[in-house]
Amino acid sequence: MKIMVVCGNGLGSSFIMELNVKKALKELGKTAEVDHTDLTSAKSVQADVFIGAADIMGQLDDGSRTIVNLENMMSIPEIKSKLEPHLA
Amino acid sequence: MLQLIMNDILGTPAILIGLFALVGLLLQRKSSADVVSGTLKTVMGFVIIGAGAAVLIGSLDIFGKMFDHAFNVQGVIPNNEAIVAAAQSEFGTSTALIMVFGMITNILLARITPFKYIFLTGHHTLFMACLLAVTLSVGGLEGAPLIIVGSILLGLCMVLFPALLQPYVRQITGSDDFAVGHFGSIGYFVSANVGKWFGNKEKTTEEIKVPKSLGFLRDTSVAVSLTMTLFFLVVALFAGQEFVETTLSNGSNFLVFSFIQAITFAAGVYIILAGVRMLIAEIVPAFQGIADKLVPNTKPALDVPIVFPFAPNAVIIGFLFSFLAGLLAMFLLPVLELSVIVPGLVPHFFTGAAAGVFGNVTGGRRGAMMGAFANGLIISFIPAILLVLMGDIGFSGTTFGDSDFGVVGILILSIMKLLVFA
Repeated sequence: MKIMVVCGNGLGSSFIMELNVKKALKELGKTAEVDHTDLTSAKSVQADVFIGAADIMGQLDDGSRTIVNLENMMSIPEIKSKLEPHLA
Repeated sequence: MLQLIMNDILGTPAILIGLFALVGLLLQRKSSADVVSGTLKTVMGFVIIGAGAAVLIGSLDIFGKMFDHAFNVQGVIPNNEAIVAAAQSEFGTSTALIMVFGMITNILLARITPFKYIFLTGHHTLFMACLLAVTLSVGGLEGAPLIIVGSILLGLCMVLFPALLQPYVRQITGSDDFAVGHFGSIGYFVSANVGKWFGNKEKTTEEIKVPKSLGFLRDTSVAVSLTMTLFFLVVALFAGQEFVETTLSNGSNFLVFSFIQAITFAAGVYIILAGVRMLIAEIVPAFQGIADKLVPNTKPALDVPIVFPFAPNAVIIGFLFSFLAGLLAMFLLPVLELSVIVPGLVPHFFTGAAAGVFGNVTGGRRGAMMGAFANGLIISFIPAILLVLMGDIGFSGTTFGDSDFGVVGILILSIMKLLVFA
């Protein structure tokens, strides 16, 4: 299971989201490989779930990927509820 | 032996940063596999930054020569990644030391002052550390005083800038859980105040229909490629086919050559970003972990896109008006005998978008437009003034982009000049 967190630059917000996704997984008692990257790179990497802020994820959504949109990237409850259906 | 430790080990920034990562990983009691891979990746990140700089500076040089031949003024592309990467060969060690001790100062300040912020935007910490290393060195400091003064100033920046923005961040996010930690703060602060004075916050941007089609510019690589291609082609046309093909491109077609150089610049930025990502990947969680243990109840100060989802329309409007101001400033700057600051889509997108969000929360549509326009002027004029003061430091062709770097740099250089001549 691989989760890829995405933002425009692949530096700041995706990194913080990655730390939050890891916290959320811990609370759910699940394990997964979590990494973060920029939009350009995201289009060429393999992952089971792509997660990021709602305002940019539309650009990744071509029907071939599992996309999770976050409204508030600091909200652990939101991450948990949106991620859970995709976890094995 | 001492020589080896002081010069070769601690004097090699990549190894120094690797040691910091190693200590951080050991403090977090990570498994030995994590410690080894984390340390190696950090060192490699630093080496990648240098490699990206080499790629980027080649094309920057060519741009500079064309621009100079075409217009007889210096054209400068503000790009934090570029200048920080270029400065590492000379200022790498002091940058690394200021970065780490600045983070420690940040934790101390959060502990003993009412400014309870932990600045988690690692790449901006690195850039500000570099700006401080360069400007304080130009001002005449070296050795231990340089590191001590630089670390204290960096720690102050890491708590004061988030504190400056927090009243507006509370309004934007409707919560007090986190802060914005991004060194474009002065632009956002000005934008919020412009909005307060001239706008009406009832008429929010979020009620208008804004086409989402500009969203692709959020992708840094696309935005850099596009801007650089436009500017390279325009400058090549002004410089003339003959000049480019005889002196620069070795006979290959001037437009094709310019296009490839533009993409080479963007590729350099992409490589540097990948290096920065690897470099800060181990350091930020360690910093956060240590801060959480020593200072509970702090707010994390986060990269600015954190506010974008709260007002997506203001993001697009802010970017457009900031960029417009940048284009206007391009024609104003030479009149004032300053270098031409080439407006980049990336700085205008990130800081303009944020200025739009801050302007909207205090002054609605008008606030977003005028505030972002003010931000665009700030990130054009401030780098130009910083260049004048940096003078002969020599990273020609590029400088720091966001407002706080320029303002802090200008303040330091002005104060140090006064002290020397007082």
